Amino acid sequence: MYRIVRKEALKPTVILYEIEAPMIAKKAEPGQFIILRVDEMGERIPITIHDFDREKGTVTIIVQTIGATTEKLSHKQEGDCLQDFVGPLGKPTETEGKKKVCVVGGGVGCAIAYPVLKKFHDCGAEVHAVVGFKNKDLVILEDKFRAVSSVLKICTDDGSYGQKGLVTQALQELLDEGNVYDEIFAIGPMIMMKFVSKTTEPYGIPTTVSMSPIMIDGTGMCGGCRLTVGGETKFACVDGPDFDGHQVDWDLAVKRNQMYRDFELRKHEETCNLFKKEVM
Amino acid sequence: MPNMSLKKNEMPSQDPNVRNKNFLEVALGYTEEQALDEAARCLNCKNHPCVGGCPVNVKIPEFIKKITEHDYEGAYQVIHETSSLPAVCGRVCPQESQCEKYCVRGIKGEPVGIGRLERFVADWHNEHSTEQPARPASNGHKVAIIGSGPAGLTCAGDLAKKGYDVTVFEALHLAGGVLVYGIPEFRLPKSIVQKEVDGLKAMGVKVETNMVIGRVCSIDELMEEYGFEAVFIGSGAGLPMFMHIPGENLKGVYSANEFLTRINLMKAYRADSDTPIMDLHGKKVAVVGGGNVAMDAARCSKRLGADVYVVYRRGMEELPARKEEVEHAIEEGIIFKTLNNPVKINGDSEDRVSSMTCIEMELGEPDASGRRRPVEKPGSEFDLSVDAVIMSLGTSPNPLIKSTTKGLEVNKKGGIIVNEDGLTSREGVYAGGDAVTGAATVILAMGAGKLGAKSIDEYLMGK
Repeated sequence: MYRIVRKEALKPTVILYEIEAPMIAKKAEPGQFIILRVDEMGERIPITIHDFDREKGTVTIIVQTIGATTEKLSHKQEGDCLQDFVGPLGKPTETEGKKKVCVVGGGVGCAIAYPVLKKFHDCGAEVHAVVGFKNKDLVILEDKFRAVSSVLKICTDDGSYGQKGLVTQALQELLDEGNVYDEIFAIGPMIMMKFVSKTTEPYGIPTTVSMSPIMIDGTGMCGGCRLTVGGETKFACVDGPDFDGHQVDWDLAVKRNQMYRDFELRKHEETCNLFKKEVM
Repeated sequence: MPNMSLKKNEMPSQDPNVRNKNFLEVALGYTEEQALDEAARCLNCKNHPCVGGCPVNVKIPEFIKKITEHDYEGAYQVIHETSSLPAVCGRVCPQESQCEKYCVRGIKGEPVGIGRLERFVADWHNEHSTEQPARPASNGHKVAIIGSGPAGLTCAGDLAKKGYDVTVFEALHLAGGVLVYGIPEFRLPKSIVQKEVDGLKAMGVKVETNMVIGRVCSIDELMEEYGFEAVFIGSGAGLPMFMHIPGENLKGVYSANEFLTRINLMKAYRADSDTPIMDLHGKKVAVVGGGNVAMDAARCSKRLGADVYVVYRRGMEELPARKEEVEHAIEEGIIFKTLNNPVKINGDSEDRVSSMTCIEMELGEPDASGRRRPVEKPGSEFDLSVDAVIMSLGTSPNPLIKSTTKGLEVNKKGGIIVNEDGLTSREGVYAGGDAVTGAATVILAMGAGKLGAKSIDEYLMGK
C-alpha cells in the first residue's frame, strides 16, 4: 500500500503529501507525474511530482484541495494509505545544455515548477524565476525558489505580496530588460501558460509548457488526454506532458478541460457535505 | 439418439426493452435441460472439424460428451486443459467464425451451440466446484508477464501449471486488461474475470497492479536486476486511432477506449463513482466503426439514455463485430447507418459537438483484405444531428515498451515483431496479442499467450 509518511498543510488548501512508493521514487525525474486513487470508487487523477527521495523511497506531491477527490485526499492523515499510486508517468523535462532559462510558475503549479527549476540549476544553467499567486496567503516555497534562482519575481493578483499583477507582466519586464533566454518553462493554470506562450512568441524564445489535461488511465490506452499541437493530435500521457507552447491549440485545450466542470462542482459539494455529516 | 433438431436451443436473455436500461448481463445462459438438449445435437463426428476452428483447440466433442453424461465438472476439466478462461470465452468468442463455422450440423441447419455449452459448463463449475486448483511444485524459474489481459492471463496460467514462478505486471489498478476496462458488465460480468484472476493467484501466480513497465521498471531491469529469465509482453491495445477529420477534439468526442474505460473500469454509470461521464439522457450519440468495441460503446450509450447511431462505411454484411452483438444491438434499438462515413464533426459556440457531417458510400472492388472497398458517392454529404461522437476505429500498439526496450523490433504500425514461436528480436523476450497484431479478439490473444507459454517453457528447459 501507498502510505502517507508526511502530511503538511503549506496553506489551508495547499497540502504536501509524502508518499511511500520506493519503486517510483527510484525512477522519478522532474516533469513526470503520478496517478492516484484515494479509495475504491475514486477517480484516477494525475498529479505532477514535486519531489522524490530515492533513499527513503518516497515521492512528494503538493495538491490544492479543489474538487471531490482532492477533498477526500485532504481528509487522509499521516499513516493512512492511498488506494492506488502509479508512476512515474510521462516524459521527464529536458533540462540539459541550457545556459540561461526562465521558469514561470502559477499557483500550485509552482510545486512542480520547483523541481524543474532546480534541475536546470543543477545542470549548470542560470535560472530566473517568476512565480504568481492570488494573494499573500497562498505564496508557497519562496525560500526554495530563492535558493536556486539568481532572479526571483513574486507576483500576486491583488498586490498583497511582491509585485502586483500577472506573471506575464513580470516576464515581459525581464525580457524588456534585455534578458536573453535559451528557454522559458511555464507551468500553472492553462490560461496562464497560454499567455506566457503568447508573450514569448514574438521573441521566438522556445517555450515549454507542462500540460495537465483530463486523463484517465495515463498509460497510453484511452486517448482522453489528447491535445491538438501543431495541428496534430498528441497524447499528454505518453507524448508529454511537456509540449511546445507556441504549437498548442490553447482555446480547445482550455475548453476540453472544462468538460466535466458541473459534475466536478456537484461532486465536490456532495463530498464536503459527507465530511460535514461525519463531523456532526 | 442424437437430437436432430435443425435449430440451436435459444439462450434465454433479458427482454431488450428492459436490458437496454440496465448494465446487468444480457444473456442468461442455458438451464441444465437446455444444455442437455443442445449437447445431444453433437454427433461426436470422427473428424471433429470444430476443434481445428478453435484458436486454442479445445477438445469440443469430448467436453460435450461429458455434458450428455451429466458430468459437468468433467466437461469443465476437458475445456480447462487447453483454455484458461472458459467462462470468458463462452461469452465473448466469435464462435460463428471459429468452432461453430466448421460444425457439420451447420451444413444443414444451425451448428451446435458450442459457445453456449462452454458457458454453461464454466458457470456450472464456478457455481458448484469448491475445489482449489492444484498448486504445482515449483521448478524455480522466474517468468515476468507484462499485461494482465487475455494474452497475459493465459500465458501465466499455462506457465504456472508447469511450475514456473510467474509474476504478472499490470499498469492499471485492476487485473484483467480489456476484459475489465473494455468489455462491458452486461456482456462479461466483472465477477467472472475476478474469479479467473483469483484462480491464477491460487495456483501461485503473483499479480502486481499499478506497474507501468517501461516507466517504473524496464524489461532489461526485470531480467538483469530482478532475475526474470524470460518475459512475455502482452501489453495489449494502445492508443486509439482517430480519423484525422476536422472537429475530432471537440468536447463530446470520445475514443471508444476512453468512453468504455470510464464506464467499465471506473464505473461512471454508477452514482457512487467519482469518475464523470457526459450525461447522455435524451441525447443523440454516433458511434463510428463496426467492430465489437463499437457495439459495446453503442449499447453502453443506449443504457445511459441516448438515441444511438452506428455509423459504418461498409454494409451490414461487412460489420466485423460478432453476429450476436449486432443482433443484440438491433434488438435494443440501436440504429445502423451503414454505408456512411464521417467527414467532419461540427461544434457549437462552446466547442461542444452539435452534428456530424457524413458522406454516403457504395461498395466498389475488393481491396487487399478481400472485402469490397467503400467508395464515396460525390455530393451526398448530409448532417447528422448528434451531441456526442465515439470513435471506434481500432488502436495502435502502446509505444511505451518499444521506446524503453533496446533492440526490440517493431513493424511500421508499431506492432512488436515476433517469429512463429512468439519470440521477439530479444533473447528470452516473447510477445503476443494486440501488442503484436493490433486490435483483434480475446481468443486470438489467448492463443498467442498459449504459444508464448509453450515457447518460454521450451526455451528455459533447453537452457
